[in-house]
Amino acid sequence: MSNQKDDFDDLAKLQAALKDVPAQSEAAKQAALRVAEENFDRLQENGGFARPTEIQAKPAGFLKGLFDMFAPNSMKPLLLTTSSLVVIGLGVVLVQQPAFGPEVAPAIEQRTKSVDSEDASTLSENQVREDSAQIEPLVAETPQPVVEAETDSVMAESFVLADEAVSSRPATSRRALQQAQGGAVTGLTAGSPELTILPAPFPDDIIVEPGPNTDRFANEAPNPLRITAEEPVSTFSTDVDTASYAWVRRSLQNGQMPDPASVRVEEMVNYFTYDYAVPEGDVPFATSVTVSETPWNSDTQLVHIGIQGEMPAVEDRPPLNLVFLIDTSGSMNAPDKLPLLVQSFRLMLSELRPQDEVAIVTYAGSAGLVLEPTKASDSAKINAALANLSAGGSTAGAAGLQQAYQVAEQMAEDGEIGRVILATDGDFNVGQSSDAQMKTLIEAKRDSGTYLSVLGFGRGNINDALMQTLAQNGNGQAAYIDTLSEARKVLVDQLTGALFPIAGDVKVQVEWNPAQVAEYRLIGYETRALKREDFNNDKVDAGDIGAGLQVTALYEVTPVGSAAVLNDALRYGAAADDGTVSDEMGFLRLRYKEPGEDRSNLVEQPITKASAPASQEASFAAAIAGFGQLLRGSDYLGDWSYADAIALANSGKGADAFGYRGEAVTLMRLAESLSQSR
Amino acid sequence: MRMKTSDEALAVAAGNGDRDAFSVLIERHYDRIYRMGWRLCGTQADAEDLAHDIMAALPAKLRSFRGEAKFTTWLYRVVMNAATDRARKAQRRARARDGWGEDYKSRAAEAAEARESYEWLSVAMRTLPEELRQTVALTLGEDLTQKDAAAVMGVSEGTVAWRMSEVKKHLRTLAEKEAI
Repeated sequence: MSNQKDDFDDLAKLQAALKDVPAQSEAAKQAALRVAEENFDRLQENGGFARPTEIQAKPAGFLKGLFDMFAPNSMKPLLLTTSSLVVIGLGVVLVQQPAFGPEVAPAIEQRTKSVDSEDASTLSENQVREDSAQIEPLVAETPQPVVEAETDSVMAESFVLADEAVSSRPATSRRALQQAQGGAVTGLTAGSPELTILPAPFPDDIIVEPGPNTDRFANEAPNPLRITAEEPVSTFSTDVDTASYAWVRRSLQNGQMPDPASVRVEEMVNYFTYDYAVPEGDVPFATSVTVSETPWNSDTQLVHIGIQGEMPAVEDRPPLNLVFLIDTSGSMNAPDKLPLLVQSFRLMLSELRPQDEVAIVTYAGSAGLVLEPTKASDSAKINAALANLSAGGSTAGAAGLQQAYQVAEQMAEDGEIGRVILATDGDFNVGQSSDAQMKTLIEAKRDSGTYLSVLGFGRGNINDALMQTLAQNGNGQAAYIDTLSEARKVLVDQLTGALFPIAGDVKVQVEWNPAQVAEYRLIGYETRALKREDFNNDKVDAGDIGAGLQVTALYEVTPVGSAAVLNDALRYGAAADDGTVSDEMGFLRLRYKEPGEDRSNLVEQPITKASAPASQEASFAAAIAGFGQLLRGSDYLGDWSYADAIALANSGKGADAFGYRGEAVTLMRLAESLSQSR
Repeated sequence: MRMKTSDEALAVAAGNGDRDAFSVLIERHYDRIYRMGWRLCGTQADAEDLAHDIMAALPAKLRSFRGEAKFTTWLYRVVMNAATDRARKAQRRARARDGWGEDYKSRAAEAAEARESYEWLSVAMRTLPEELRQTVALTLGEDLTQKDAAAVMGVSEGTVAWRMSEVKKHLRTLAEKEAI
């Protein structure tokens, strides 16, 4: 054992080393001081101390200034809280305000304790718990939810949530908001004087996704094989996102196998367009179903369901109101982030028509309206605003989102489509308490007619899970943009589809016929699964189909009597039919809503056996589905390999006017070499 | 003349909307925030980002400062909480504790001796759990008494003393490893 002198030396050494602080940059200091002063002024203007509304007879606190310097001012939190509630009642949202204040302070005490008293494992347990129970009422029994709730004072909900956390009263945020609007002074407890001494924690700690990786992905275990006799009905929501494919591409091009969790097979399949029949008649989309042999198993069949949305003439588009919400936080300062984003948006501008309007809101240390609503024809002004964007500061996402929605609402006129396009590298986390609360906000805005799309940029801390949550709940698309050509595909070639929904809440349900199909497996769509009963429930949200967009889904089915049946028949299970066996394989049902409608329409179509050889289109889709499953490490492919995928993709490549399919083959080759070099 | 006003008076005034008081206050304390941030995060870039974030949030935060605690105690706690939150975020990005001192390579131009000391420091800090690192940053780095450090961390003095003995143990283990 060492003696005390050594201990002393160690500490002295540590002390000396800790004194050797690296020189700081003067520019950073000046920038920080400037931000502080700006935020100080903004707080003043925004009524941190006085609100210039006729509601409030007397300004609170501000004029008294120094008089209050040493006086106990325990009234202030109360005044702030009540005035906030009044403002909410008016429907005025004052944004730009850094996300905390005295009314949010109470929970810090618990938080500090929790940090001290709990070890890391307990903390992470809490995180997991929260994550798995998004709708669990926020009661102050675990410390973590309290931290979440109290860090955000921009949002009306959270004022009240913080209060709830203190008073241990569970309530959904929406109900709580109604209470607040009703004028109930529910925030009083939050102002308890002994709780406001300690500083509120930082708003950076909002995202509650667990997981050690820098990049976070939303995914589920691959869909298992289902036995038709036991579970004949398969239900899922459509998905037109393509983020996963772009992500996989980027990984492979960087010489790394993609994280299996980042692979969502349906998004890879849907990245490509297929030659489907165009819709005729009243239904805004056409469905086509083909059945062919499965490439990786000659004893099963691949059922290929294609949905093609109609493409209205560009001139018939209603005017668009776009609000770009651009992340300009410090982390966006990389060539593949902000500069690529600016270039991408420039590309997109050329696709807009003169009557469309564009506004730009940025969020970083301070959220701000960089470009007021401007006609798309005024491209000089828009370009100038884009050119002036620069990255710096931390993220104030919720404030930015609030402001973007506010701008969108200002721009909205009858018959126009409003959409917020959020561009971020994933660090979207300040202010909103949790993904779940963010979801509530976005749902509310979606129902009021403003949709949200999300574009992901860069590598390093992309938060795929959050992107998915945001876009799925905002009726929008989530795309990952890694190159200018991807920007072109997403924002130019598919602009109309991405921005103009033609059918909402599109749900797909397939009922398989146990007399024909012994087993089936939906390939991909794990994150889009719906409950069987949700199909007919118009309240349950599902994916949208934009103008001209396509949705492709693949089932691998095992015919009755095939050598590939994996499960033995039940001795007592199969009740003998009366002999009238239908030779349909299954029955396809689709539900969709016309844009703006609440009631869904039903489209039905039988799936019949077809012995036609696989078309080029079906082959290519199968090759991509196989490729995706290889990347995920699926058990169902046997010894089918990347080489087989390459051969199949090449056979189905077709004309490939844009080169997307050729690129996919290149990626398969990369994956093949990378997987062998392991 | 403002320059002589106490931190506490300035902070309360700033919390009540006095802009001049606020300016004096942040000018006075930016360096402290940066230093403490560096001691907690270990890289210049992180410390500057942290300081920037804190400065941006300070106007709103100050409204909860009511002169009942020493301003620096309050401020250290702000920095500590901010660093904790930042680290927690970074941990989800798989580089929490390993991050301490990760920019030492960029300091390669420095004298070999200084670099060695810095490398030792970064290893030492990484071996310490967060609460010990905070304790060390406050007591050894910021020269706070155990009493003041205890006030910042919201623990008892005894806990600080106990943590320091833990720090010694960690350093001893480290020295033993180095000796091998």
